[in-house]
Amino acid sequence: MSKKDSSQNSTGLIGWIDERFPLSSFIKNHLTGYYAPKNFNFWYLFGALALFVFVMQILTGIFLTMHYKPDALQAFASVEYIMRDVSFGWLIRYMHSTGSSLFFVVIYLHMFKSLMYGSYQKPRELLWIFGVAIFLALMAEAFFGYLLPWGQMSYWGAQVIVNLFTTIPFIGPDLAQWVRGDYLISDATLNRFFAFHVIALPLALAGLIFTHLIALHEVGSNNPDGVEIKDYKDKKTGIPLDGIPFHPYYTVKDLVGLTIFLIVFAAIIFFAPTMGGYFLEANNFVPANPLVTPSHIAPVWYFTPFYSILRAVPPILNSQFPGVAAMGLSVVIFAFVPWLDKSPVRSIRYKGILYKKWLAAFVVSFIILGYLGTVPSTIWGQFPSVTPFLGGSDIALVIARIFTIIYFLFFILMPIYSKKSITNPVPTRVTMR
Amino acid sequence: MKKVIILILLLIQSPLILSSEDINLEQAPIDLSDQPSLQKGARTFINYCLNCHSAKYMRYNKLLDIGLSKKEIKDNLLFTGKKIGDPMEISMQTEESKIWFGATPPDLSVVARSRGSDWIYSYMKGFYRDNSREIGWNNLVYVNSAMPHILWELQGEQELDKNTGNLSIIKAGKLNQKEYDAVITDLTNFITYMSEPDQLKRKKMGFYVIGFLLLLLVLTINLKKEFWKDVK
Repeated sequence: MSKKDSSQNSTGLIGWIDERFPLSSFIKNHLTGYYAPKNFNFWYLFGALALFVFVMQILTGIFLTMHYKPDALQAFASVEYIMRDVSFGWLIRYMHSTGSSLFFVVIYLHMFKSLMYGSYQKPRELLWIFGVAIFLALMAEAFFGYLLPWGQMSYWGAQVIVNLFTTIPFIGPDLAQWVRGDYLISDATLNRFFAFHVIALPLALAGLIFTHLIALHEVGSNNPDGVEIKDYKDKKTGIPLDGIPFHPYYTVKDLVGLTIFLIVFAAIIFFAPTMGGYFLEANNFVPANPLVTPSHIAPVWYFTPFYSILRAVPPILNSQFPGVAAMGLSVVIFAFVPWLDKSPVRSIRYKGILYKKWLAAFVVSFIILGYLGTVPSTIWGQFPSVTPFLGGSDIALVIARIFTIIYFLFFILMPIYSKKSITNPVPTRVTMR
Repeated sequence: MKKVIILILLLIQSPLILSSEDINLEQAPIDLSDQPSLQKGARTFINYCLNCHSAKYMRYNKLLDIGLSKKEIKDNLLFTGKKIGDPMEISMQTEESKIWFGATPPDLSVVARSRGSDWIYSYMKGFYRDNSREIGWNNLVYVNSAMPHILWELQGEQELDKNTGNLSIIKAGKLNQKEYDAVITDLTNFITYMSEPDQLKRKKMGFYVIGFLLLLLVLTINLKKEFWKDVK
């Protein structure tokens, strides 16, 4: 795969370009000559879908920015103006709002794939860390963007999250004020969040996605069997025996996945754009009002597992900081997975039942914490006062605490159970099943 | 995996709509494709609601979409001095209304999205006489609402039976209960339409888009099969 040979072969316009810019060699290195394992299953669609959603968010975002006004007095009205007076403004806005939720759907599935198939193990640690960084940047991007419609949930959600900073010992209150640019969420906050949302974080995301892909193409893709396809190469050509060129094989396969994704996407946009209050909250159609606190403040669904963890950790010495720290840790802890997993095999197919049970427990915790984060902790009532230890406490809160512990145990105990879990023999070559 | 999917489905309960407090809301029998109903609702809205409430994101010319003609809008629905492209604003100042009512009547452009149609329908049927309050009215759905019963001449006066929590008419209005319910249905229908005037267009378009994507899916699946023939 030397850079010269492809450019020497091309003639005409491509040849002219190739003498001045590595066009053909780039296409060869990253598409037609990038060999991916032939046994990808549907879990391997979500990376490409995430890239698609990213591009779509940028494009719809550009058009929204043309009409949106980052001004506390005009923001809410400008969104309604987009919905009513801009040609197809409603479509652009729904594509963007639905896109943000589906971005998290595909990212969560993409992350789950990596957890299943051990795609973070050596030599893909850095690839995984870039991925975690993308996840963090995406969360920030979503958080800043959620303030922009300037509805009640935008406002109070931002208020709650920024107030979390005040719990940090010593510097907290000053830090929160510095982030807001005011004593409360205000026009100044809206302006800076707009700046972060439309330029700072998209730029950071683009850069991180680029490095994520560079790292991927350096080490090559993992696969559902977790075997290294580079270990068995054709002696003459040096091409992995189990590899197939990304283009055309995976481009056409991803097209099928993309079409199915678009059908789901269109079904939501055209028939249920608010997703029953999960993608667009009812309360966010009330303009932001600093004087009226909504009775129930919940973040958008994709933040709720972490929000649940925040609520589940009890205050220590009258400080909420432990909860905030636990929430931060629950996200950042993903970065350590490559070193926590001591299993000799990569894929869940050969990892043994103990590991599978832990991964299942983690997924269940994530979903239950996610659900509990959308509802008030009083939702399931209280334990009767006669119950030992738990009398009078909220049932949902206790459940959230249990699953918070399981969530963290998945990571903390990983070095132990991943080592102990009896593994099955790994085939030397990939299997097609 | 299947277990996880079932779990997710079990967990998804009905959503976080603002009005999900413990009131039993009556289901609003609205039909957004019923243009005569939307037109009647628009008239009620403009004649009664639009004196104190604005709907400033809604333009009068959007009423063309529900089958009204330019002339009908100009002659019957526009306030003097307004143009057909103007939004439904009101002349009452928010400062004044706050003194008069104790609260500024909220803008109603998107109220169907924050409260829900059933809430509006039940609210408009939930007024009853309450002489302990300055305004003389109270509401079953929104207790101690600052709004008096604007349509009392139509509905008549209701009384709350404190034991059963039910309302009953104590003084008849111009309309009987069935007729009044129809007026409120039309009104709720219009307010729901107004909260997203393009929603019918949106759903219609959705069928075409998904139809196109299904055709595309057939093509992409066959394309994939054709290429993957040689992968063993």
